[in-house]
Amino acid sequence: MEVSSLRPLLAPAISMLCAILVFLTGKSPFWRRFWSLGAAAIKLGIVLSMLPAALRGTIFFTQLVPFTPGIDINFRVDQFGLFFALVSSTLWIVTTIYAIGYMEPEHAKVRFFGFFAICVSTTVGIAFAGNLFTLFIFYELLTIAAYPLVIHEETPEAMKAGRKYLVYTLTGGTIILLSIAFTFYLSGTLTLSKAGVFSKDVIADNGRILILLFASYMVGFGVKAAIMPLHGWLPSAMVAPTPVSALLHAVAVVKAGVFGVSRVIYNVFGLTLVKQLGAGMVLAYVASFTIIAGSIMALLQDNLKRRLAYSTVSQLSYIVMGAAIGTPAAVTGSIIHIANQAFAKITMFFVAGSIQRKTGKTEISQLVGIGHKMPITMATFTIAALSFVGVPLLAGFITKWYLCLGSLQAGTFVFVIVMLASSLLNAAYWLPIIYSAYFKNPLDGDIKMNEAHWTMLYPCIFCAIYTIALGTFAEVPGLPLSLARTFVRLIF
Amino acid sequence: MNITHHFPILLDMVPIAAACTMLIIGKFRREWCYYWALFAISICTVMSAGLVWEVYKTGPISYVVGSWERWFGIEIYFDHISACTLLISGLGLLIIIFSKHYIAKEIDERKIPVYYSLILLNLAGMLGFVITGDLFNLFVMMEILSLSGYALVAIGEERIAQLAAFKYLVLGAVSSLSILMAIGFLYSITGSLNMHEIALYLPRAKDHIPVAIAAFALFIMGFSVKAALFPLHIWLPDAHSIAPSPVSALLSGLVVKIGICGLLRLLFIYRYVGGLINVEPVLNIIAWLAAITIVMGAFFAVFQDDIKMMLAYSTVSNIGYIFLGLCLVQSNALIGGIVHIFNHAIIKVLLFLCAGAIIYQTGCRRLSDLHGVGRKMPITMACMSIGVLSIVGIPPTNGFICKWFIAIGAMDAKKPLFAAALLFGALFIFAYYIKILNAAYFKKPRAEFEKRDEAPMTMLVPIVLLAIACLALGVGAYFPLAFIKPAAKSLLSTAIR
Repeated sequence: MEVSSLRPLLAPAISMLCAILVFLTGKSPFWRRFWSLGAAAIKLGIVLSMLPAALRGTIFFTQLVPFTPGIDINFRVDQFGLFFALVSSTLWIVTTIYAIGYMEPEHAKVRFFGFFAICVSTTVGIAFAGNLFTLFIFYELLTIAAYPLVIHEETPEAMKAGRKYLVYTLTGGTIILLSIAFTFYLSGTLTLSKAGVFSKDVIADNGRILILLFASYMVGFGVKAAIMPLHGWLPSAMVAPTPVSALLHAVAVVKAGVFGVSRVIYNVFGLTLVKQLGAGMVLAYVASFTIIAGSIMALLQDNLKRRLAYSTVSQLSYIVMGAAIGTPAAVTGSIIHIANQAFAKITMFFVAGSIQRKTGKTEISQLVGIGHKMPITMATFTIAALSFVGVPLLAGFITKWYLCLGSLQAGTFVFVIVMLASSLLNAAYWLPIIYSAYFKNPLDGDIKMNEAHWTMLYPCIFCAIYTIALGTFAEVPGLPLSLARTFVRLIF
Repeated sequence: MNITHHFPILLDMVPIAAACTMLIIGKFRREWCYYWALFAISICTVMSAGLVWEVYKTGPISYVVGSWERWFGIEIYFDHISACTLLISGLGLLIIIFSKHYIAKEIDERKIPVYYSLILLNLAGMLGFVITGDLFNLFVMMEILSLSGYALVAIGEERIAQLAAFKYLVLGAVSSLSILMAIGFLYSITGSLNMHEIALYLPRAKDHIPVAIAAFALFIMGFSVKAALFPLHIWLPDAHSIAPSPVSALLSGLVVKIGICGLLRLLFIYRYVGGLINVEPVLNIIAWLAAITIVMGAFFAVFQDDIKMMLAYSTVSNIGYIFLGLCLVQSNALIGGIVHIFNHAIIKVLLFLCAGAIIYQTGCRRLSDLHGVGRKMPITMACMSIGVLSIVGIPPTNGFICKWFIAIGAMDAKKPLFAAALLFGALFIFAYYIKILNAAYFKKPRAEFEKRDEAPMTMLVPIVLLAIACLALGVGAYFPLAFIKPAAKSLLSTAIR
């Protein structure tokens, strides 16, 4: 059932408005925080208001500006889009609270919070896009809006990271545009539809070209989705302030990439066509390689944020792999991992930032005994880490369960092995940190408790608790899993 | 018979009359020159708006000067392509508003009346060029705008301005001669100078086809120099970067487009000859030259340190886009090319005016000197950022539209390589624009840039208006497209295949 509503437009518009207000009045800390938090709350409210209907199968849409016959800018909120928007909106509030605390001693806060708001606005725009064209517009805007945040520190290292980021993402964007133009040429429409965009005749005539088109889409979106070897920008971008790394590289930018990949698979090509072309399995193998290789790279890092970055690279490919395998369980696992990975990874980034702010330490070898000083913070880290390892009752387990099930549904055991190997590797690079944090004494002998400021502590706790909730209460209607299930039901 | 009936000829006569009387006014009070020019161009804008609206509602208008009928009179034919007049007069108005402070500072006081007079002549030439239906009138208008263009380039204070103007003049003179020769050829085989009549007579002149082909080639060569297509673009970087900023805006935004309008008129004249002349290979070559222009222009732009030099190379690159769109002779590509004539004019004028504002306020033109200028002139830099995003083609700015249409058109014409060249050329140039944005915002500002000190209002208002236009035309692309589609269709319906 399709309902026309203004809400799909309001959600991104609210944060844009917030951004303008922050730029105008942001010199005053009070107004900066007021607009950011207020807009975040309102946006979450708007997105949540669409949830009950979406669970019943309703789709919201807003018809906007016609660009030219056949293409217009419009929003169409299906369950998958709402899912992504829900994750982003929830995490925006949390990250804003964290950022208010973390950014206290920093410079250029107006610019930071302003572009932060624009980023979230464009992310929700991507989530709600009803056709490839709208998606592309917001995708590129996100690229641009994230740039000032990446180079925030303005050190030579930051500028270099920003340059690398732009080169990668804009090249990816150009490839996406070429692919979109070609799609339009082949099929005459860009609307994201349930069964794909290409008609039977087109498929019959253009088998090989469609495979090429699929590959170019994957390369284009794969930059932001950090599929190896296109992931090079992500570890360098860790030079940004922690809230930026947390939101953008755990939630917004990279998730936009995997969202794009998923949209292409589900709504442009359609799962049957992907299977028919045989492209799904190839992509799944590439993703598997990224999962394993990313984890191995993570093992080799001493800098905590870089280890988190490579872990993100690895985890994102879970989502890609699930979408590529294409069976109902795999798709479910892929979708909910967007939420599971987001909450757990953002917890870890928050922890990294708290530790850096409180003690100035950034390298893992320096983190010996930190569990004595900041026990609650490290507890949240532990929960997140165990979620990645796949311990039952935590979110990560749900993902792994569904992905393994999906692999078996597809008739192959390979990806189950990939999942197991990944769990082992995750354990290998998370557990030593936790062990040395709690069970060793710090190098300077000081074991007095000295926790982070509440604005940085409470977001960690919230996200960790949510990670537990996602794992234990996954079946509760209203939680992400039910939304994902509704979507899967609709496309199969 | 009310005065609106005579708008077509008044559109051209008003600026010429104002230009001629400008020097007299300059003798009395120099300050009045600005207001006189402003007055003249405002009238033109209003008239062209009225005419464009008329064309939109009822179709092309034909007007004969002095009621001397077509055969030996001059006909003014105001069709969809002539909608450029609104663009020309509108942008001319903004440029003249901008000139008030800039020119007062930049050039010698005694030359100010001459400057305004030349600007008006240039605008008059352009207006006349796009509305005329007579070939010789076309040539006269082209000469008016070219000669005033050379003079405007030379009006700057430095010695090097004379050199750049001379380079421009030499190439421009050769191209003017070749166009004159081509007109002569066409006259000799058809006996008429009226574009409509030539279009009708040409197919009947079957025995003289080689002459017609020679004329076609000469026309293309002439207009290509004016429009700076590779390899005939070499005059452009120096001329556009050395001229005073409002003049650069005028030249890059409008005058180069005249060459392209000339080509459109050429296709118009030759539209019935499709069966007799095979121009497909020629168009193919031009398409390839255009693709080379796109990439090469962007490539050279990346290495420049002077802002205006870099903007000039960017113009070269963007002209390549327009040529590519036109030469693919395919509905979507044609729409993309024509829409880029409009959009690029707006974007380029915006960028040059912003550069001008920065040069006016800071005295620096090299990027390495401009660190942190975003703090000193936030509004100007914000508008420049919008211009930068537009010219790279990020949606939802208007620069994106042409890229979209030409890419689709290239695929429709089964030449996807052009689409790739187009999009990667844009990417190339983004490298340099990022340098501008970085320097302006994200580097440590120089001491003198700490304090906020924006450009004067007469400079800010045109800049802000243009930036808003970039965004509005990007989101609301429907409106100009509604205009351009009929133009493209009429070109294609009897197009050369």
